[in-house]
Amino acid sequence: MSTLSLTSAFTLLLKRDMTLAYRRRSELVNPLLFFVLVTAMFPLGIGNDPKLIEAVGPGVIWVAALLAALLSLDAMFRSDFEDGSLEQFMLSAHPVSILVLAKILAHWLVTGLPLFIAAPLLAVLLNIPGDAIPTLMLTLILGTPVLSLIGSVGVALTVGLRRGGVILSLLVLPLYVPVLIFATDAVKTAIVGIPTTAQLSILSAMLVGSLVLAPLATAASLRISLS
Amino acid sequence: MVANLTCKRGTSRLIDKTEDNKTYSNIVTTSAVSTATFEAQSLECIRDDRVLFDDLCFTINPGEALVLEGRNGSGKTSLLRIICGIRLPESGKVLWEGTDIFHLGPEFHEHTAYLGHKDGSKQDLTPLENLRVAQGLGKARESITLEEALEQVGLFGFEDVPTRNLSAGQQRRLAIARLLVTDAKLWILDEPFTSLDRKGIEQMERLFEEHLKRGGMAAMTTHHRIGFKEEVKLVRINLSDR
Repeated sequence: MSTLSLTSAFTLLLKRDMTLAYRRRSELVNPLLFFVLVTAMFPLGIGNDPKLIEAVGPGVIWVAALLAALLSLDAMFRSDFEDGSLEQFMLSAHPVSILVLAKILAHWLVTGLPLFIAAPLLAVLLNIPGDAIPTLMLTLILGTPVLSLIGSVGVALTVGLRRGGVILSLLVLPLYVPVLIFATDAVKTAIVGIPTTAQLSILSAMLVGSLVLAPLATAASLRISLS
Repeated sequence: MVANLTCKRGTSRLIDKTEDNKTYSNIVTTSAVSTATFEAQSLECIRDDRVLFDDLCFTINPGEALVLEGRNGSGKTSLLRIICGIRLPESGKVLWEGTDIFHLGPEFHEHTAYLGHKDGSKQDLTPLENLRVAQGLGKARESITLEEALEQVGLFGFEDVPTRNLSAGQQRRLAIARLLVTDAKLWILDEPFTSLDRKGIEQMERLFEEHLKRGGMAAMTTHHRIGFKEEVKLVRINLSDR
């Protein structure tokens, strides 16, 4: 197979998933709504102590992003598994890992990117100083793709189970912990005014690592789930 | 602790008969150089500790079709899933032009098209969009446009209707159209005639016949008696005959 047709298969699949997401807009809003609501509820629950809200702010935003990502994960392969499209992907003339990467990218574009766009507003709500907001955005743009990538492996493993939801959380959340630790630490460090290069480098490394390995692992997991 | 109920019946033999009453031997001859385009060697499938079939061999050459028969639960679908590479056999191997399909991967899949129980079409996309994806996933066939493929299965005029609004039979026709838009030589069909009307079945039989005449191959399960007009070599295997 030539590279050209592989690229066109990638874009075709990406376009297909975006079209499908667009035609089911109502489901698409769920993770974003969850993210915004959870973050908005925290200041109300904590009370009017600006110092305290500022201290928990980065953690709240990131935990909410994590759970929002988890909430949206199951949809990544579920409908394709149920209507037989997944079998067709496995029997495609192209490497499954590339097709899987297109699906993960589509998933991130519809679930991760909106979180990134909504984050500055929520940062203001949580009293995070303006100087730290670019760092928060950076951690989100580096971190949310990692959530989609790692999550895809878990989804691929559990898609064949009828009630995979709980197992999926148990499987994926521990793997999300490093992202959570370094991302929140970066934002907290930025609030104090110390350079955050170290944390951001580690997040970038996680992104590159999962970008290379996750599609391969997902493709192998899907093969197990389908056989 | 459940005891292992699996017992290998070494004596059970499957009788493979071709139209001209030639009976294949089930004894594997791995040493012989394989010339068949598609070949299964000594396949065994175990499901839930039951041996569905073992020591199953067959070959298909261009222009030939394999027809699987057998009662419900005799392993027809499992066999099709094994020969298209979704499922791994317990033992034995499937060869495409002499090479194990497990090692070929996508190189084998560019020659195959699989139609399973599930149509594999997205309900939210239109038939045309579904076909475009199917064509992109495989090796596109140059000699046919997507609209022509839809016309051949009788879905002319339904290009832009969401697939969910089509009837079950029309959705099946769309799934069959998927076979036409790629350059696949081997069609693997699991009950392709499900929910088709009588005229539809006839139309589909003509399409399958044309495919075989072009030098294509097919492996299918069906409870319907296939009525090919012309002489087509059918390799029949009955999985219930033991």
